[in-house]
Amino acid sequence: MVKTEIKLKGLTLKNPVMTASGTFGYGEEYSDFVDLSELGGVIVKGTTLHHREGNHYPRMAETPMGMLNCVGLQNKGVDYFIETIYPRIRHFETNVIVNVSGSNIDDYVTAAAKIDALDNIPAIELNVSCPNVKQGGMAFGVTCSGIEQVTKAVREVYHKHLMVKLSPNVTNIAEIALAAESAGADSVSLINTLLGMAIDAETRKPILSMVTGGLSGACVKPVALRMVWQVAKAVKIPVIGLGGISSATDAIEFLLAGASAIQIGTANFIDPSISAKVAKGIAEYCERHGVKDVNELVGGMII
Amino acid sequence: MKQIIDFVVIDKQTFQRAALLKLKSSTPLPEIRGGQFANVRVDGCDKAYLRRPISIHDVDYQNNTIDLLIQEKHEGTKTLCALSVGANVNIVLPLGNGFTMPEKDDNVLLIGGGIGIAPLLYFAKTIQSNISCRDAIHRISFLLGGRTDSDLMLLDRFRSVGDVFITTNDGSLGEKGFVTDHSLWNTMKINKIYACGPMPMMKAVAKVAREKGIWCEVSLENQMACGIGACLCCVENTKEGNLCVCKEGPVFNIERLLW
Repeated sequence: MVKTEIKLKGLTLKNPVMTASGTFGYGEEYSDFVDLSELGGVIVKGTTLHHREGNHYPRMAETPMGMLNCVGLQNKGVDYFIETIYPRIRHFETNVIVNVSGSNIDDYVTAAAKIDALDNIPAIELNVSCPNVKQGGMAFGVTCSGIEQVTKAVREVYHKHLMVKLSPNVTNIAEIALAAESAGADSVSLINTLLGMAIDAETRKPILSMVTGGLSGACVKPVALRMVWQVAKAVKIPVIGLGGISSATDAIEFLLAGASAIQIGTANFIDPSISAKVAKGIAEYCERHGVKDVNELVGGMII
Repeated sequence: MKQIIDFVVIDKQTFQRAALLKLKSSTPLPEIRGGQFANVRVDGCDKAYLRRPISIHDVDYQNNTIDLLIQEKHEGTKTLCALSVGANVNIVLPLGNGFTMPEKDDNVLLIGGGIGIAPLLYFAKTIQSNISCRDAIHRISFLLGGRTDSDLMLLDRFRSVGDVFITTNDGSLGEKGFVTDHSLWNTMKINKIYACGPMPMMKAVAKVAREKGIWCEVSLENQMACGIGACLCCVENTKEGNLCVCKEGPVFNIERLLW
C-alpha cells in the first residue's frame, strides 16, 4: 500500500491531487463524475469581497491544445459564499480551499478574515495573479513589493494555511516566490494562466471581449513545469504545481520537478472525472516503481 | 444524473454540410429531456481541444441510442461529421435544462433555424409521450427555416410528429423569407413557442412573441468550455446577471433575457 498523504503546514492532503480554482466550480458541479473524497483537495472559484459580474461575453477562445479565458472573477462575493455555498460544501470529505482575490489590499484582508472564521476551510489560496481584472489581481503578483504587501497584510488576519498563487507573467518567478515566502506564505501554487490573445482573421476582431486573456491547458505544461522547478529550488516552503496537467504522468513530472502537490485545471473540462483518475494513477505509478511514499518523488528528478 | 459514456457510431446519414449520427451507448442511458445537450469529445483533431456541445436530436431508450444532427462549422464539427460507423465517441450527457413541457391544451409552435432544428424533434416526441399531454387535444407544429432547401434535413421525421411549415430565404422550399415572415402567424392560434437557431432568428422570434403576447422559450448556444457550469465562459447577460448557458440554460424564457 503506497502512502499518498501529503502534510503541509496545517493542511493534510490524503493525496497530492487538488482541483484548480475556476475550473471546478464549488465541487458540486463535478459530483456526478468524481467522488470528491478521492481528492486531496478542491479549490473553489475565486471569491472577492464584493459581488463581481465578471467580463462581457465572449470570454473564451480555443487555442491549439489549450484555451484562453477572460472570465474576470465572476462571483457573488464572500458573504454570499459564507451564507449560501459554504453550508452546502462544508461537509465534503476533502479539503475545501477558497481562492481569494481582490482589487485592493483591504478587500483581500477583509475577505480572508471572514473565511478564517469558517471551521471547515483549512486553507486559502491567495490569488494575486488573475490576468483578467483591470485593477489588482495580477498587479499584485508581478512585483516583489506587491506580493509582499498583500501577503503580509493577509497573513496578519489569516491563521490557517496560506497558499499564494503566482503569476507566470513575470521575468523571474523565483524572486516573486521568495517575496511571498518572506511575507509569510505557507506555500506557493503556480502557475496561474499565461497572458495571451486571439484574433479572428476573417473579421479582424479580437475573439475575447477583453482582447487579452489567460492561456491554460496542455499547451502551458512545459512552461509551468520549468517554473515549478525554478521556484522549488529557490524556496523552502512547499510548492503546489499546476499548469496543463492532464494525466497521472503529467502530475508525476511536477512532483519530480519539486512540487509537493498538484492541481488539475483545464483538463477537468475535457474529462470531468480526470482528477480522481490522476490520484489513482499516481498511486499506481508508485507501486510500479516501488515507491512506498509519494513524498519520495518530490524533487526527485535525476539530472 | 450526468454521465460520461462511451458510444459507438452504428449508423450515419450525411447531408451537404451536416451529418446525422446514431450512437449506441455502452451502458443504459440516463433520462434525457428535450432540449438538453451532449458534450462530445473530438478525438483525432488537433484544432479541437475542448468538447463540442451538440443538441440531442433523438433518443431510443429501448436500443440505448441517441441521434446527433451535427453541422460542419469548424474543424471540430467537421471531424465529428467525418466519423464512420464503428467509431468510438466519448460523450458527457445529459447537460443543461431542457424545454418546459407545455400545458395539456396548448398549441405548440416549435421554430428551428438551420441546425437549430435538431433539438426540436426529440422535444416534440417527449411532448407526445408526456402523460398529461397525451390525451389532450393539442397540436404540435414545426416552423423550420433555412437559407435554401438543402438546409432543411430530415423533414419526414418532423412530419411524423407534427405539422411542418417551411421558409427559405431563397424561396427554394416553402414560403420565401424568414420564419417570422411565414403566413401562419396570421392564422394559427399559438400558446407556446419554442425556438432554436441563429441568434438573429431567435431575437426576431422573441420580438414577434412579445408583440403577440405569446409565451416563448429559446435555446442558446454560446461558446462553452466545461458544459457543466464550472468555468463561467458561456454566460448570457440576463435580467438576473450573467448566467451560464450550459447550466442555467441552454433554454431560457425570453422574459429572463435582455433582448
